[in-house]
Amino acid sequence: MTAVPLGVPRRMVEFTVDGEEARVPEGATILDACRASGKDVPTLCQGDTLTPKNACRACVVEVEGSRTLVPACSRRAEPGMEVRTDTERARHSRKIVLELLASSVDLSTTPKAADWIKEYGAKPDRFGPDAARVDESPKIDNDLYVRAYDKCILCYKCVDACGEQWQNTFAISVSGRGFDARIAVEHDAPLTDSACVYCGNCVEVCPTGALSFKSEFDMRAAGTWNEAAQTRTTTVCAYCGVGCNLTLHVQDNEIVKVTSPHDNPVTHGNLCIKGRFGYQHVQNRG
Amino acid sequence: MDLHFGDGKPTDEERAAVDALLGPPRSSWEGAARDDMRAADLRWARGGREARERRDLLLPGLHALNDRIGWISEGALGYLCRRLTVPPAQAYGVATFYAMFSVKPRPATVLHVCTDLACTAAGASELCAGIEARLGVGSGVSVERGPCLGLCERAPAALAVRAGDPVRTAVSAPATVEGAVLAASAPDSAPVEPPAAMAVPQAGDPSLTLLRRVGVVDPSSLDDYRAHGGYTALRRAFELGPAGVIREVTDSGLLGRGGAAFPTGRKWQATASQPDHPHYLVCNADESEPGTFKDRVIMEGDPFALVEAMTIAAYATGAHQGYLYLRGEYPRALRRLEHAVAQARARGLLGEDVLGQGYAFDIEIRRGAGAYICGEETALFNSIEGYRGEPRSKPPFPVEKGLFGKPTVENNVETLVNVLPILTTGAQAYAAIGTGRSTGPKLFCVSGSVDRPGVYELPFGATLGELLVLAGVRDRLRAVLLGGAAGGFVRPDELDIPLTFEGTREAGTTLGSGVVMAFDDTVPLPRLLLRIAEFFRDESCGQCVPCRVGTVRQEEALHRIVERTGAAAAGDIALLREVGRAMRDASICGLGQTAWNAVESAIDRLGAYE
Ligand SMILES: Cc1cc2nc3c(=O)[nH]c(=O)nc-3n(C[C@H](O)[C@H](O)[C@H](O)COP(=O)(O)O)c2cc1C
Ligand code: SF4
Ligand code: SF4
Ligand code: SF4
Ligand code: FES
Ligand code: FES
Repeated sequence: MTAVPLGVPRRMVEFTVDGEEARVPEGATILDACRASGKDVPTLCQGDTLTPKNACRACVVEVEGSRTLVPACSRRAEPGMEVRTDTERARHSRKIVLELLASSVDLSTTPKAADWIKEYGAKPDRFGPDAARVDESPKIDNDLYVRAYDKCILCYKCVDACGEQWQNTFAISVSGRGFDARIAVEHDAPLTDSACVYCGNCVEVCPTGALSFKSEFDMRAAGTWNEAAQTRTTTVCAYCGVGCNLTLHVQDNEIVKVTSPHDNPVTHGNLCIKGRFGYQHVQNRG
Repeated sequence: MDLHFGDGKPTDEERAAVDALLGPPRSSWEGAARDDMRAADLRWARGGREARERRDLLLPGLHALNDRIGWISEGALGYLCRRLTVPPAQAYGVATFYAMFSVKPRPATVLHVCTDLACTAAGASELCAGIEARLGVGSGVSVERGPCLGLCERAPAALAVRAGDPVRTAVSAPATVEGAVLAASAPDSAPVEPPAAMAVPQAGDPSLTLLRRVGVVDPSSLDDYRAHGGYTALRRAFELGPAGVIREVTDSGLLGRGGAAFPTGRKWQATASQPDHPHYLVCNADESEPGTFKDRVIMEGDPFALVEAMTIAAYATGAHQGYLYLRGEYPRALRRLEHAVAQARARGLLGEDVLGQGYAFDIEIRRGAGAYICGEETALFNSIEGYRGEPRSKPPFPVEKGLFGKPTVENNVETLVNVLPILTTGAQAYAAIGTGRSTGPKLFCVSGSVDRPGVYELPFGATLGELLVLAGVRDRLRAVLLGGAAGGFVRPDELDIPLTFEGTREAGTTLGSGVVMAFDDTVPLPRLLLRIAEFFRDESCGQCVPCRVGTVRQEEALHRIVERTGAAAAGDIALLREVGRAMRDASICGLGQTAWNAVESAIDRLGAYE
């Protein structure tokens, strides 16, 4: 199989994945090769618009000659590498990772988590009813988005999106360490006392729903959130000349949240506060 | 950057603590008081890029505050951030990473009481209870139970730190309730620590190589160091040239003593040949592996040896700047090394023109702040750079992209000190010591149930039994922990294991950093294992799931079976194995990968729960 590169031609790297020849452009990861050939490797901390921190370890694979398993999302393919994605050893680690996560945080709004838990035969309950959990009540301190860190898997995506990879605001960071590590602003203050500019780019990249629109959070709480009944319309932000693409999520003729296409070459899914949250005027039907 | 510094104002004292490190602010942009604002300040912003490039002063800045005030307030952190152009959320993330810092008010005096393996075996629990009973609320002392203080030969141990200008410290070891309370309540009048040589039972033995000067030389005198052969190795290095030094070190067969046993010559060669510049040298003096105290004894007893050895390593690998990363719990080693570096600098042995050879090299000492993970080589880089001490993914490796993204050679204290005899006696003579694959002398930190705990130097190849006899092992030995908390237990009938890298590997265990902890049958094994699990859970950086959550699940399982055996423990032991396997396979760094070694070995080799 071959992952076809667009843009400037690059040298191709030849290696094998599960015994099959694979060719990817130089710089591509093992995960890129897996996806190009239609293999499903679970990923949680990897995101299409960010350099992954390879912290979740859900995507680990075996590489010949390596003492430990390697994260497919981050390891670049090298010529002659022999990769095996579906061995008992790799599957074991993935299963344990899923069990560890599901036993400590709420994965109910993490897309695909339930499927992978089933596929890998993970049994998060086996650590017993007393297994320590990330017990945090949702932080609701502003009208735009909610931080429910009992769903946080510490993938670092929000930190990277807020910090050096996109927004350059550095309003959030990881504090504490070990199991007590949390995403936080300085001194665990409310968001409104932080440097946050409410671009919502952290919400855009959060893979678990730990960060969510206040509108979505409220509707979920009220039991009225219904993704199946929503339509998505991609349009152009009308506020300023940048012209970012917006995807309006509409349920019952109301905009319930705004995301942005990740494949847009200019914005890569990022917006500013106006584009992301300033939609109320559309539905002021007064 | 959208910097937002909040409303907190530093007190005068907090401001003074930061300014003592960074100098006074040059403009109100950097946090000078409003009334000091000069007309010029209104026209351009200072700080910015220039200040940001000194991000690595964040950790020293946090230390400055913690040393002077005892904790780090919002106003103080905000001021430090303003001075360095660091986002406060990041600085908060860094401050909360380290065990020795507090972002909540606490008394000026903190008494760190070790509850780790050797100290627990020596009665740390009763000691803590006694101290806490004496130093109740309102005593002005905060008692903090914590991991190994690196004083295991004098277990149980306590370290008092009293904030102020200057910060005062006192050690009580072996600690009594009275001794520890005195150290905390009057650190200035606490009895002085015994000399470093007291930790070397062989002190004065003419057959010693690495420890030969400890107890013989005056650690504060450069002249005395030179009178005892100091700086002959550096002269030899200048004769040989960088390539010649690397050849000698390679031929000597020296393997790293920090735990991973990587060939030092290969590491040096790989760094030296990197086209990217500058190159950095880092000395890993973090030594936070429970049961390890050899680096402390060298640094306290023979500090100039480390300065000389670092100079040689830097010269060989083309580095002009060296960092010595010292664990925060070693105040005496810090004082001795600061003095040694200053002396060497004053005498032209560090600085622009080392020994008049036209080669520039200097050393900066950086203090850790209570985080075992910062001994991992890439976590150490992050820590120096002012980030959270989280390990980086490899590749790229440090020799290519290390400290500040530049080629870096990082070595353990003991490894570096071995370079001196390699150069003075020659690679051949050095390689003749020890065995074919483990060459040279090796330091072992012996503690626990022995009559003469301390640092022992033996040529590689002596057996575990021989070492234990030397240290006066007591009767009714139940188990020996080899290689520290990340190592493994062996049985009393396995004492013929040769103490070499290959010998321990063949025996299915590890030499690690040279820890040998003996436990007699009065020590309750399951409690010990629980303490090891607790250590790793506490020290996990939290970055990756197998380690962050795995260490918690393992500790929970060990709690459940602490008083169980056989079939009643079987289910949890199976669980431990499954989680341990994933931790070993899928964790990012060596901490998670080895966290379960000791417990597994206790189950398999000692039959801990049978
Ligand atoms: C969790 C962890 C802690 C470590 N702690 C130390 C330490 O305290 N001191 C040390 O020299 N090496 C420590 N190491 C090993 C270092 O990462 C590195 O291998 C070593 O400093 C290299 O020096 P050497 O080649 O001279 O042994 C640690 C490794 C890990 C994974
Ligand atoms: S809040 Fe979301 S994006 Fe941020 S670390 Fe947690 S799971 Fe990841
Ligand atoms: S999202 Fe913000 S930056 Fe983008 S077009 Fe709208 S207003 Fe402009
Ligand atoms: S193994 Fe543990 S210490 Fe190492 S990166 Fe992962 S969480 Fe951090
Ligand atoms: S997806 Fe690769 S480690 Fe998380
Ligand atoms: S000082 Fe207490 S175990 Fe090392």
